Amino acid sequence: MKALFYPGCAMQKNARPYLDSLQAIREDIGLELREVEDWNCCGATEYMSVYRVAAHALVGRNLALAQDQAGDTRVLAAGCSACYLNLAKTDARMGEDAHLKATVNEALAAGGLEYRPGSLEVRHLLDLVCHDIGYEAVKARVVKPLHGLKVAAYYGCQVVRPDYDGRWDDHEHPTAMDKLLAVLGAEPVDWALKTQCCGGHMSVIGPEVAYGLIRRLVHGAQQAGADLVVTLCPMCQLNLDAYQVEMNRHFHSDYRMPVLYFTQLMGLAFGKPAKALGIGKEFVSAAPALARIQAEAPKVAETKRKRRPKPGDALPMPGME
Amino acid sequence: MAATPGDNRLDHCIQCGTCGGSCPSGAEMDHTPRRLFALIRAGERDAVLASNAPWYCVSCYYCTVRCPQDIRITDLMYTLKSMAIEAGLFHDASLPDFSETFVDYVEKYGRSFELGLATRFNLRHHPIGLAGMAPLGLGMLKRGRMDLLPQRIDNLAQLTAILDKAKALESPS
Ligand code: SF4
Ligand code: SF4
Repeated sequence: MKALFYPGCAMQKNARPYLDSLQAIREDIGLELREVEDWNCCGATEYMSVYRVAAHALVGRNLALAQDQAGDTRVLAAGCSACYLNLAKTDARMGEDAHLKATVNEALAAGGLEYRPGSLEVRHLLDLVCHDIGYEAVKARVVKPLHGLKVAAYYGCQVVRPDYDGRWDDHEHPTAMDKLLAVLGAEPVDWALKTQCCGGHMSVIGPEVAYGLIRRLVHGAQQAGADLVVTLCPMCQLNLDAYQVEMNRHFHSDYRMPVLYFTQLMGLAFGKPAKALGIGKEFVSAAPALARIQAEAPKVAETKRKRRPKPGDALPMPGME
Repeated sequence: MAATPGDNRLDHCIQCGTCGGSCPSGAEMDHTPRRLFALIRAGERDAVLASNAPWYCVSCYYCTVRCPQDIRITDLMYTLKSMAIEAGLFHDASLPDFSETFVDYVEKYGRSFELGLATRFNLRHHPIGLAGMAPLGLGMLKRGRMDLLPQRIDNLAQLTAILDKAKALESPS
């Protein structure tokens, strides 16, 4: 399928592994993405906190550019939760509020642009993969099923809420990503925190609040028996991964829960080399968890130090490992 | 509050408390969303605009999907933040300052800039914390996950014209 693509600022850099893994699997699932030319920042959760109308105009420029560059598709895809929600929100609000629509378009006119709400379909990448491309098509590309890998599917907040277009089965306990991971051969664990907050911007402006939220999630995933957490958003990845290290320092704890993007796991199951998927750039290394599924690769990471037999040890028994 | 684009249902609030009970930041807020809305209706403007609640809101939208009265609570939090900045009543300047620093970068380059944002914000408000956060920054650089220079969009003039116009049209609250 064809779609316009809004990468957003984070994917350019801190979430580069997300973008790289997406590029690596794109052809396998027949996803043709065209980047919106000269897009600007969506404003995250900050622009809206300072200016209300201008925040919609900021996003409106992206929507107008995408609309004008659309050609043979009307799908506009984003990979980041905040980008996705901002695009969807401005489209929805302009559609329901004639006054806002007129005001935003008056601002856009200063740049020679106009946006007609509803002319684009704003979608998150996970939504496209699960609901348009479909589990069957994904399954058909799996050459190296992720058997034995326990994963905690983590959706965060802004993709499944408020969900203007009703694209998800549940706002608090969605299952789309769990199903996708199962199709890849992994085992999704049952856990209650899949749509709890990663801490958002609090990791910068009020770290203690964020550390509490991060600990709760990492702890919950661990309790559920997960080897790693799978995410769909650069902000969630950053908070749960990079700030997990800071959180450990803060609480004197020693959690080591790796956090990867769903596109990285798709790539592994499609048989792509880990490096091409940006694996290895995470702060909490995913190598020990992934060693479980690299069945035929030498298990370098897993070689245990040989234990000196102690007196009283029974004879080594086959099949005890 | 009528100024929130597309929303003014606050008078439908039944004070059920679902929002506060759902809020991951609730424990840290001086007023839960429910209390905040009671204060608004009581006309306690200054108490509302001095509250830390909107700044501690992480935009998780739990309250919004759970509110039995379909009040767009998260969006109201954004409105309260912009009103608080205008009124200058909030006691801890660092929280609004983060948003404003972010906005600055977006307006100057058309893109956000993590390194600049984190450094400028921490330099101003947590000079000691900055040293503590240095390993994280270095880790990001080492992993090729952070730019040293901001990126700039091509047609910045167009964006500037649009934002200037939008601000001029911003309804006075
Ligand atoms: S959940 Fe809705 S109705 Fe209940 S207190 Fe909060 S805003 Fe009011
Ligand atoms: S959106 Fe904000 S106010 Fe509502 S529950 Fe989440 S953090 Fe609390």
